[in-house]
Amino acid sequence: MATRLDGNALAGALSEVFREDVTAARARCIGCGGVSPIGGAVVYPDAPGLVARCASCDQVLATIVDAGDRVFLSLSGMSTIELRR
Amino acid sequence: MLLQSNTAGSVGSFAQIGVSMSFTTRGFSGRRREENPRLPPGQTLFEDWPVLTAGPTPRVDAADWELTLRDETGTDHRWDWDGLLALGVEDVTVDIHCVTHWTKLDMAWRGVSLDKLFEDVETEHEFVMAHSYGGYTTNVPLEDLLDGKAWIATEAEGEPLDPEHGGPARLLVPHLYFWKSAKWIRSLTMTADNEPGFWEQNGYHLYGDPWKEERYW
Repeated sequence: MATRLDGNALAGALSEVFREDVTAARARCIGCGGVSPIGGAVVYPDAPGLVARCASCDQVLATIVDAGDRVFLSLSGMSTIELRR
Repeated sequence: MLLQSNTAGSVGSFAQIGVSMSFTTRGFSGRRREENPRLPPGQTLFEDWPVLTAGPTPRVDAADWELTLRDETGTDHRWDWDGLLALGVEDVTVDIHCVTHWTKLDMAWRGVSLDKLFEDVETEHEFVMAHSYGGYTTNVPLEDLLDGKAWIATEAEGEPLDPEHGGPARLLVPHLYFWKSAKWIRSLTMTADNEPGFWEQNGYHLYGDPWKEERYW
């Protein structure tokens, strides 16, 4: 059975890139158009990188690849992220 | 600006949830490359076979399974399960090397050589995009799929492939990192250019030779 975590598992990795925890931020899925908190995504950790998918439609929202001295971050499945001031 | 300009100081915190870390306690034998010349650089020998997956596991019955090979003319060459097996199944024993640093030696596989699938395909294109049930993709040069270097695998270690390992059939390209051996293989599409597949778009190497440690961009 594939391990599934919730999107809050992205908090540590994203804290490298964003100043604040963005798992509470809402994002729009390019697959279904749904808007929901990043923390609500489904995360597959047993892969060559973290893969976050939309909880509604399974669209890949984000990938985070740990390359040691580099991190590859893709947010290509989120058309927009809402960040509160 | 929300993006930080310098993230180097906190790479360690990322590594705590980095996926490669989670495998070091499973089947770890401790044997390193200097003791075994069959281990590519940066790899560790594993006895068991970890399951890696980037999404939900597709459940495809062999009865419903179909493989399509599409060339640049738009011509589809199709095989159903029986049609695939009728091409001739062969036994192969190969080493597999996962980019997450584990290597498994002498794995016994059964499958159909890609040479059989390409026998009647005429193409000028030099690259192939493998597509899986579930949406995964990975790119491989055509020459890396021919001359006895790649198979559509249907069995591993004497058993039909579990869905978790890509059953009913997966691509097997053992001389490249194992992310190239696409699980749940559904189609092979000829492409003019070496377009990146899923992991290749997201940080992993376009080719992925384990002996040159071609892990990332």
